[in-house]
Amino acid sequence: MSRKRVLGVRDLSVRYQTRAGEVHAVSDVSFDVLENEVFGIAGESGCGKSTLIRALMRLHSDNAIVTAQEISYEGQDLQSLSESAFRQQVLWSRMSLVPQSAMNSLNPVYRVGEQVVEAIQAHTRKSKAEAQERVAELFDVVGLQPDLMHNFPHEFSGGMRQRAMIAMSLALDPGLIIMDEPTTGLDVLVQERILRRIREIREQISSSIILITHDIAVIAEMSDRIAVMYGGQIMEQAPALELFESPCHPYTLGLKNAFPSIRNLGQELISIPGSPPTLIGAPVGCPFEERCPFRLERCASELPQVEALAEFHEVRCFRHPEATHLREQASEKATWRSLN
Amino acid sequence: MDKLERSPAYRLRQALLEHYRIITSNRLSATGFGFIMVFLVVAIFAPWLAPYDPWEMLYDSEGEFASLRPPSWEFPLGTTHLGYDLFSQLILATRTTLLIGTISGGISIVIGANIGLLAGYYGGKVDEVLMRFTDILYGMPFLPFIIVLISLFGRQLEFVILAIVLIIWRTSARVIRAQTISIKQRQFIAAARARGCSDFRIIYRHILPNVLPLLLLYAAFNIAWSIITEASASFLGFGDGETISWGGMLYELWLSGKTRVAWWWFTAPSLCIVLLVTSLVFVSRAYEEVANPRLRKR
Amino acid sequence: MALLELKQVSRHFDIKAGLLGRWMHNQPDRKIKAVESVSFSLEENEVLGIAGESGCGKSTTCMMISGLLAPTSGEILYQGKNLSGFGPQEQRWYRHQVQMIFQDPYESLNPRFRVLDTVAEGPRALQLWPESEISGRVEEILRGVGLPPGKYAERYPHELSGGERQRVGIASALVMEPRMVVADEPLSMLDVSIRAGILDLLKELARQRNFSCVYVSHDLSILGHIADRLMIMYLGQAMEIGPTMEVIRNPKHPYTRALINAVPVPDPRVRRPIPNISGDLSRPIDPPPGCRFAPRCPYSNESCGQTFLSLDRTSGSLHQASCHRLDELADPPLA
Repeated sequence: MSRKRVLGVRDLSVRYQTRAGEVHAVSDVSFDVLENEVFGIAGESGCGKSTLIRALMRLHSDNAIVTAQEISYEGQDLQSLSESAFRQQVLWSRMSLVPQSAMNSLNPVYRVGEQVVEAIQAHTRKSKAEAQERVAELFDVVGLQPDLMHNFPHEFSGGMRQRAMIAMSLALDPGLIIMDEPTTGLDVLVQERILRRIREIREQISSSIILITHDIAVIAEMSDRIAVMYGGQIMEQAPALELFESPCHPYTLGLKNAFPSIRNLGQELISIPGSPPTLIGAPVGCPFEERCPFRLERCASELPQVEALAEFHEVRCFRHPEATHLREQASEKATWRSLN
Repeated sequence: MDKLERSPAYRLRQALLEHYRIITSNRLSATGFGFIMVFLVVAIFAPWLAPYDPWEMLYDSEGEFASLRPPSWEFPLGTTHLGYDLFSQLILATRTTLLIGTISGGISIVIGANIGLLAGYYGGKVDEVLMRFTDILYGMPFLPFIIVLISLFGRQLEFVILAIVLIIWRTSARVIRAQTISIKQRQFIAAARARGCSDFRIIYRHILPNVLPLLLLYAAFNIAWSIITEASASFLGFGDGETISWGGMLYELWLSGKTRVAWWWFTAPSLCIVLLVTSLVFVSRAYEEVANPRLRKR
Repeated sequence: MALLELKQVSRHFDIKAGLLGRWMHNQPDRKIKAVESVSFSLEENEVLGIAGESGCGKSTTCMMISGLLAPTSGEILYQGKNLSGFGPQEQRWYRHQVQMIFQDPYESLNPRFRVLDTVAEGPRALQLWPESEISGRVEEILRGVGLPPGKYAERYPHELSGGERQRVGIASALVMEPRMVVADEPLSMLDVSIRAGILDLLKELARQRNFSCVYVSHDLSILGHIADRLMIMYLGQAMEIGPTMEVIRNPKHPYTRALINAVPVPDPRVRRPIPNISGDLSRPIDPPPGCRFAPRCPYSNESCGQTFLSLDRTSGSLHQASCHRLDELADPPLA
């Protein structure tokens, strides 16, 4: 399988200074996004997934320091681009973002269509009429009536606003669309419709999508490949099916136990004891060490390296060779209880 | 954690340490706090610190009447046309000014806080009545109102304080009301109600501690405003004639008609007013950072 | 006798058009019918789940049950006694019997209260026990929710993680020794990895301390794991009620079916059927008399828009749906 690489990220780290100390929000994250795939990044609050995206899109705050071996889009190095060149050549036209709580990102005093037209005109030489035509087309793609573009945001429901934001992100045919929690805070039926729409869009327009969410179910249904983040690092990444059938990292195992499924009501839920680390100071050992029932002594002092298990399946854990054994033990509640 | 942590003395110490940390968190407020402390010490020990009786006509060491003397070793801040020692006057005036400032500032914040809490918490008719009353006070021109009140009541110290209190509480009431409304809508207030807390308990035990930083901020403002108001009123001749204040000293200067000659008479009290009010503002700025997290540095 | 019984309970809110609206735009006053003719009962030691999307009236129902809001019409009976007839003495007693657990652990704790004071606040406010007994009970319940008092009692909310805060919320409800607990989405703000722990804790405590629970959530997967019975609401109307397994595996109402099919499944191998629902969720402002789901329902006919069949508690069957066309709906149940 040698599909073209759209985005390549090697050893990306983000740290910033706070009163409490230096926060290492993202540490040595490497991943590729392939052509026409949905790449899911799963993780809980504070795991660094949103910081990672902001760093990729250069939307990080001033006090953040971003370092990376490589950030490339279709082979072109993005790090060497100046701020203005990045905005001109990459933002919107090649990579676009549907921000978190996008429903609230529309300006309430302008018509929804106008806001998309403005975004198009800021980046292309299209006339207003051409841009409007494009907006009508986009609204159709995301399943909104084209004449709704003359309405104001408050006349839209949450789901419609979210679809309008997705339309805006599609405006310049970017090769990569990043969606940060696109359905969080929406009702189940609305979420269902948006997810279905995203799947259809992807079939229509051959773009790649990075989907970020804390909802394991959404990511399982939508993604081709999944990366699981914890404490600012990618703990495990694998094709979706492989990740669910043969997870290797103790954190992935724990998440699988903890997430309720409506199809599996008898299943006993097991939570992971403890709470996520604060990420202050450079990482010494594995960030999951404190909550991990399979930890070794060296886990506290030594950071495990990323190991490739199969094509596209990478894990960051010393005990990955024993994965089958760990999987068995992780399904026992007593294994996780023993930590307290 | 040991028993020590639960003792009230320990918690008091923790609270004081917290205030100390807030005040010393920036250089300006620490400096301001220093000046306030100096003024406080001067006010407390005024009778012992003053070298002369402020109302005594003085003669210098050569036996000459000391009228309108510029600052010298003998009279550090000079003298008035009647030969009163300005340094002694200033020290005793500090006492009066601080007394009026803290008492009227304190009373006004208590009134303002209670009216704000009640109006904000109950809303509806209570709010309507209390806030319209506040609006009426807002319509009153500041100084004329004070002057009318003082001439109605008389020029004694307590009436000066009363007049200042009556007009100064309005701003704190409004601000506390706004803050109360926003806190009232938060879930922990609903939780308190669901647990069976009475209105009184919710207002004074659940809401009050949450408006406290704002309250301290406005307490400092109110004291500063009281001092300015008192100085203005005294300067216009509506201060207590029996005691001496900074504004009163300026009034005497005006009456003497020596404004253009006696620069020293004018300088010291004005500097003191500016210094104390600025110090209070600087300290309150430190509290503003606590009250308004958006100003807090990350 | 059921612990709690709701008989045809409705709650309406007025939206006043205001002088300007009335004069200039000729707007009439309107009504939000947040809850309409809802009836159900809660048995001793039972967990009843209430599920639905935003605006379905589940939170309003919670507020009415916990006595923070009075119903516009209908009766709420607790141990056979009507809530609206309570005098101050009985009100105090009810505050003691019924406790709430709130949705947002970041918002529902007073930031200026230590854990100790938060948990002790209820007993202190109602003067249930002498202070010495209160502190003993507070320590006991803190241990019960997994927060050793030596470590946590003196902390302030900002020194706690989200899960720990929610445990404080649970402790401050249970210290009152309630017979009934109303939990309004207590997990929705928490991270996945700690949700199961809180869920287990609630289940365990309900068993140990013998209380019944009304558990409100939009998340059917979670309700499936805690509720004994499940009620589905839509725009203020109760659509279906029954034993949880029955409702989820064999939903009768078209809305319930759509809702269950829309829940994503954390397994990439599963392919869900596509819910056949059109249109968007509206708000229950001056709704027409019939079934509020009718405009979006693929099976609706004329009678659906005219009358609403509210659930009938008195009929013997445990699993009921308020739908005119139940008999004709022959769709296969979920795979």
